[in-house]
Amino acid sequence: MAFQLDSRTPSGPLEQRWSKAKQEMKLVSPANRRKYTVIVVGSGLAGGSAAATLGELGYNVKCFSFHDSPRRAHSIAAQGGINAAKNYQNDGDSVYRLFYDTIKGGDFRSRESNVYRLAEVSVNIIDQCVAQGVPFAREYGGTLANRSFGGAQVSRTFYARGQTGQQLLLGCYQALERQVDAGRVQMFYRHEMLDLVVIDGRARGIVTRNLVTGSIDCHVADAVVLATGGYGNAFYLSTNAKNCNATAIWRAYKRGAGFGNPCYTQIHPTCIPQSGDYQSKLTLMSESLRNDGRIWVPKQKGDTRNPNEIPEDERDYYLERMYPAFGNLCPRDIASRAAKLMCDQGYGVGPGGRGVYLDFKESIGRLGRKTIEERYGNLFEMYERITGEDPYTVPMRIYPAVHYTMGGLWVDYHLQSTIPGLFVLGEANFSDHGANRLGASALMQGLADGYFIISYTVGHFLAQVKPGGVNTDHAEFRAARQEVDERTRRLLSIKGRKTVDDFHRELGKILWEFCGMARNAPGLKHALEKIPELREEFWQNVNVPGSAEDLNQSLEKAGRVADFLELGELMCLDALEREESCGGHFREEHQTEEGEAKRDDERFCHAAVWEYAGDGKRPVRHVEPLQFEFVHLAQRSYK
Amino acid sequence: MKIILNIWRQKNSSSPGKMVRYELGNVNEHMSFLEMLDVLNEELTRKGEEPVTFEHDCREGICGSCGFMINGIPHGPERGTTVCQLHMRHFHDGEELWLEPFRAKAFPVLKDLMVDRSAFDRIIAAGGYISINTGSAPEANSIPVKKQCADRAMDAAACIGCGACVAACPNASASLFVSAKIAHLGLLPQGEPERDRRAMRMVLKMTEEGFGYCTNTGECEAICPKGVKIENIAMMHRDFTRAVALFREESKAGGAG
Repeated sequence: MAFQLDSRTPSGPLEQRWSKAKQEMKLVSPANRRKYTVIVVGSGLAGGSAAATLGELGYNVKCFSFHDSPRRAHSIAAQGGINAAKNYQNDGDSVYRLFYDTIKGGDFRSRESNVYRLAEVSVNIIDQCVAQGVPFAREYGGTLANRSFGGAQVSRTFYARGQTGQQLLLGCYQALERQVDAGRVQMFYRHEMLDLVVIDGRARGIVTRNLVTGSIDCHVADAVVLATGGYGNAFYLSTNAKNCNATAIWRAYKRGAGFGNPCYTQIHPTCIPQSGDYQSKLTLMSESLRNDGRIWVPKQKGDTRNPNEIPEDERDYYLERMYPAFGNLCPRDIASRAAKLMCDQGYGVGPGGRGVYLDFKESIGRLGRKTIEERYGNLFEMYERITGEDPYTVPMRIYPAVHYTMGGLWVDYHLQSTIPGLFVLGEANFSDHGANRLGASALMQGLADGYFIISYTVGHFLAQVKPGGVNTDHAEFRAARQEVDERTRRLLSIKGRKTVDDFHRELGKILWEFCGMARNAPGLKHALEKIPELREEFWQNVNVPGSAEDLNQSLEKAGRVADFLELGELMCLDALEREESCGGHFREEHQTEEGEAKRDDERFCHAAVWEYAGDGKRPVRHVEPLQFEFVHLAQRSYK
Repeated sequence: MKIILNIWRQKNSSSPGKMVRYELGNVNEHMSFLEMLDVLNEELTRKGEEPVTFEHDCREGICGSCGFMINGIPHGPERGTTVCQLHMRHFHDGEELWLEPFRAKAFPVLKDLMVDRSAFDRIIAAGGYISINTGSAPEANSIPVKKQCADRAMDAAACIGCGACVAACPNASASLFVSAKIAHLGLLPQGEPERDRRAMRMVLKMTEEGFGYCTNTGECEAICPKGVKIENIAMMHRDFTRAVALFREESKAGGAG
């Protein structure tokens, strides 16, 4: 089966494309909407906003979450803020500038039309969230406050202390619960999607496991929306929540959805360094800290003095030195690589030399401790709680960590995957961030997709199909269900000698070393040998205790790690095939003399879309060429 | 360091549970409490026993998934700290600890240390929102909000819905949780139109779900990992009292056709 990679991008002037597309979309009349069932998997910012909005429109929505409540989704952990081109600060912002910054920040590897639409609806998101009661930071005059963020020279980031993701998610969760109360959305808590059901080439439902009772169930729909987040936990250690996983999108991939740019992963520059082998996850310190914190290392290698005793002229504020125009606010991929470079050269601080300082002394002196407390109080507390050090008096130690995945299921302009009727939103899709996401843009994209895009495009799809027509007795449902049952039984029957975490840690080490911040062909080839070996061992030697009929967290983890063991291989394969450096994908063979990422627009100005070809078979690489009609392809410069 | 753990083990909501004693050597002081339980669970798995079930996700103290009793205190001994952010440096070598699930009629135990807190969602669904359909919002800066109001609303909105307040309360009241939402939305001009309805419905739902009444014990504020204040409960009582006097559910007659 060959993919039809039609991006369905509208033509014409950039600023009119979304309006034009909306005008051309077919509608479902209000009286007919309740006849259509839409399944939404995931209830974070993207899924929750989609389910709420589709419910408001009158569709019959079923929303699935493996959590006990939509409010637990990992969107809640986003700290810094959400971008919107409101230009409230009168500092020269515009929809075009947000569009341009996002395209450039993504190193020219995203679709112009999608990104422009994202910038365009960003202003509606702020309106919507304010109306819902999201307590954004305010000025004394009562208007909304803004702050600046990496990769931008304007202040366009809206924030609610250091808990912006939490507040946006609660707004969206409340909108969703309102629809639950109205009977338009039915929630399935503690249900994990374990397979997608495709009938006659169309997504027609899902198979789930009830995580409390173990019951495996089938659910039919007229359209399926996946909003299940990213796959950063393939690395074991990441800033993602422990339960974040790729199972839903991976199952969809194996049922025929193309996987776009799996190698694009974002390593966030400001995380708390690892403290020991028992480490279960890494904690992010918001990028907003780079507004007032200055990053430095000692000029002398292996300097073990107390940082406060190192005089100014013996400190290297390397980001300010290397990128004078953006300084500490350069994009994430650049800041991360610079930190790695400093540590690799022996200038790192803290245990194992894997850390750099993020210092607030100067800004506390300039603005006073109270202002810094107001802006970042909760982050400083969190840092102190974890490390036992007081960042008001001792500089923070930070190091990069896996944070976000720009890759995901390929979608067209309608956010539809290569499977008709399967839509993918938020971090789960590959769309708008290209090869690197700018700070405060993930919340924006999740909500743009869920509130303002999917309601039109799902409607357009549904208007062209008849509701219903299949039930769970269909052979495809029965087959998918049986596969899920068999896989569960198999996982529980191995009873080997290693735990699921043992395998997950090992996979993480391979990916971090060979498919992390810097990649090269020999390393990736080595990883491509190691991962299948590890996967084989997993299926022979993993020990999953407990039974299938109970609440069984080991079994949940085992299924997710089994999928990561397949996805990890695809990430390496994609990284190997993309013989250029762009954004978060840094191939050591392709760099400028100054050590910056060197793109190859001749050969790689495209999205790579992988098609599953069967277990043990090499997946097929397709390409969607990226056309730049409005933006001039340039080497990114933040100097 | 060595830690002795007595953990409540319960197969499911219909089985009886019991305390089981475990000894854990080699606990590192920089571990979080949950990382210590991870180590225990790896040991149990290797021995072929079922690991201890506990709820957790972000491990950054923001998702509200985690939470159980440590020596009778929800989230353990450190103030303003969820159990995922609690580190072993606060315990001493050889310390013996008792871990139990949150206890409340409205929070049935699902397994071991995991409870069902879905009653919270049903309370929010009863009225803990502002009714505004997607697309119908006015320009954001057309609704000025006093900075003090926005800041106080944010203080209340910081609630993570972990349920520790219920576990700490001798009446198993959810008043701190419910009042945090009532205060958050009630302090903002956007929340004003539905203020009476919200208070009425949420308070009635709380009672219906089996939570107790507030008797101003103050345990909830003392253990809240996010510092949500008991003054919100005063605001909830005021709004509820006002709603009793003024609020009536819509009449069946409806509006103009």
